[in-house]
Amino acid sequence: MKFVDEYQNSELAKGLADRIANRSTKTIRLMEFCGGHTHAIMRYGIRQLVPKTVEMKSGPGCPVCVTATADLDKAIALARLPEVIITTFGDMMRVPGSYSSLQQARAEGADVRIVYSTMDAVEIAKTNPERSIIFIGIGFETTAPTIAASIIKAQQNKIENFHVLTLHKLTPPVMKALLDLGEVKLDGIICPGHVSVIIGSHPYEFIPKNYGVTCVISGFEPLDILLCIDKLVEQIENGQPRVEIAYPRGVKPEGNPKALELMDEVFEIDGANWRGIGTVPQSGLKIRKKYERFDADKAFPVSLKPAKETKGCRCGDIVRGAATPPECKLFRKVCTPERPVGPCMVSSEGACAAYYQYGPPENSEGFLERKRSKL
Amino acid sequence: MNDTILLAHGSGGKLSHELVEKKILPFLANPALNKLDDSAIFETSGRLAFTTDSYVVTPIFFPSGDIGKLAVCGTVNDLSMNGARPLYLSLSAIIEEGLPLEELERIIQSIKIAAEEAEVSIITGDTKVVNQGQADKLFINTSGIGVIPLGVDISGANAKVGDKVILSGTIGDHGIAIMSQREGLRFSMTLESDCAPLNKLVSQMLEASPRIHCLRDPTRGGLATTLNEFAKQSHVGIKVEEDKIPVKEEVKAACELLGFDPIYVANEGKLVAIVDPRDTDKVLAQMKQNGYGRDAAIIGEVTSDHPGRVIMKTKLGPSRIVDMLSGELLPRIC
Repeated sequence: MKFVDEYQNSELAKGLADRIANRSTKTIRLMEFCGGHTHAIMRYGIRQLVPKTVEMKSGPGCPVCVTATADLDKAIALARLPEVIITTFGDMMRVPGSYSSLQQARAEGADVRIVYSTMDAVEIAKTNPERSIIFIGIGFETTAPTIAASIIKAQQNKIENFHVLTLHKLTPPVMKALLDLGEVKLDGIICPGHVSVIIGSHPYEFIPKNYGVTCVISGFEPLDILLCIDKLVEQIENGQPRVEIAYPRGVKPEGNPKALELMDEVFEIDGANWRGIGTVPQSGLKIRKKYERFDADKAFPVSLKPAKETKGCRCGDIVRGAATPPECKLFRKVCTPERPVGPCMVSSEGACAAYYQYGPPENSEGFLERKRSKL
Repeated sequence: MNDTILLAHGSGGKLSHELVEKKILPFLANPALNKLDDSAIFETSGRLAFTTDSYVVTPIFFPSGDIGKLAVCGTVNDLSMNGARPLYLSLSAIIEEGLPLEELERIIQSIKIAAEEAEVSIITGDTKVVNQGQADKLFINTSGIGVIPLGVDISGANAKVGDKVILSGTIGDHGIAIMSQREGLRFSMTLESDCAPLNKLVSQMLEASPRIHCLRDPTRGGLATTLNEFAKQSHVGIKVEEDKIPVKEEVKAACELLGFDPIYVANEGKLVAIVDPRDTDKVLAQMKQNGYGRDAAIIGEVTSDHPGRVIMKTKLGPSRIVDMLSGELLPRIC
């Protein structure tokens, strides 16, 4: 694999950074929707490469972070049912719900297993026919097709003890919700590369058209992101917002029809509950009637105590871009990756985890000097 | 003899004796061990270093190594990182009932080869057998004793402003080699562990310069964690440059795929040295003479800025904080 270094070349990065600086005259605000972008931006110090005229905000594109506390509570309650095996992606384990976490439930005897793919969950169902296997389905349009495929596989192979708790979220509807909210004024959005591989570029068209906000789809290597920012700045300077693909090696305007077909076969669009945002119409997926025997919600009704949010945790504000991690009083002091209070510190895509691991977005040496002078 | 380990192999009776006499002694024989007394007796003098470590790696065989080689190299390296010359090791094995004898033999063979390379003797040991499910195939503990040569004073607390940071070679090889063997994550390419005894490399470095201030092998937690330990123990800042850190192409690719940063991935045959700037070139030249230091490079320096912190100039130019590893990257890697 030789395509790693090429997208991390410092000469090319400097060239792009210079071009952005030369183009940029207006003060603008961009949001990277995706948590994967947040991490790449922090890891490579991209905020330090863009001129001061370009302000960058982190958005809600972290599946674990936007999962509502009530939904986490449900997953934990399911884990405590007898004869149930919960299968989940690793990040979900440590996220605190209102009263417990999946990790805590496991320590108390629940059977909770981390899988790398939904197909592994189907395999577990196949080899444990006497148990009920529930996969906690989180993620955006990127993961939904694979989960749809696993449900179809379970149906074809008559694996009836496989179930999915679907907490899937959709990208364009929540972008609309944030823009309607108007809390964070945006000029441009760095649109998620992997989501767009599936949905293509067309679903974003309403954003420049109705809101005058530029959308450019970006890959995840540092040069991809710089190129995306360059295109955003160019469009905003020219005053002609539109949707552009700066990740043509991954994204086609029409997306991936096969994956979309799979999703549509298994899921229908429904409202979804987002941490920090609330219920957003048409921003989630539920399992169609045809496949309802795989729906954990239908198969295992659980009664839940009302959800309660941790006092002081600002994950809700952070996923909306309304606060940055250092603005949360718990950040670094009470809330750390070892003892996370909120999901944004747990998830590898969470903004708090990125700020914690890589330091603040400003020049880190300046930050350290300021910190020292306070001591 | 049966071809798997039975509970009776741990009974202390006939089968236990047979196991030791037929499967272990012939490979590891030396005068102290051969006596099979309750403790080994030896003479030595000077300042001694003493260390212990337990090995629970899974799988027990991995590309370019196994749990036996790891158990010898790990303890030899722990002694070496304080400048000690490793002499004697103990070896204690907890074996799960049902382990094929052939696998145990291969591991003992590999312990023999690693001990010969490191020129250490295994002079005492123990075997226990537990029921199936109460251990995972084989756990090994080794302890080691070494002698510190006169004038050598190496500690993580000795880094001084202006010192250079030398890394002995590519990072992440061991962690990725183990990961590539785990269920569900098979790569088409073979990634080899770097597991190796570093005592000879260290003694060559010490011949080149007595002014080596810190040495550590970046095992669990990787390079990032070791650098942070130095910065905190010595109350200094450390600044490194990402593009000076050697990483193999295949490790880079695997890390991209898995979402890891190679600076956090475990190594078992690498060391980080903090060296007086006057002697850096000499030490580096000497390291490159040794196979295990062939790719050695200066990756950064010790600064008075930001004490206790590690800063990295990223490939793109800006700097960022490098924190210690938090949480668990890969369980049971060593």
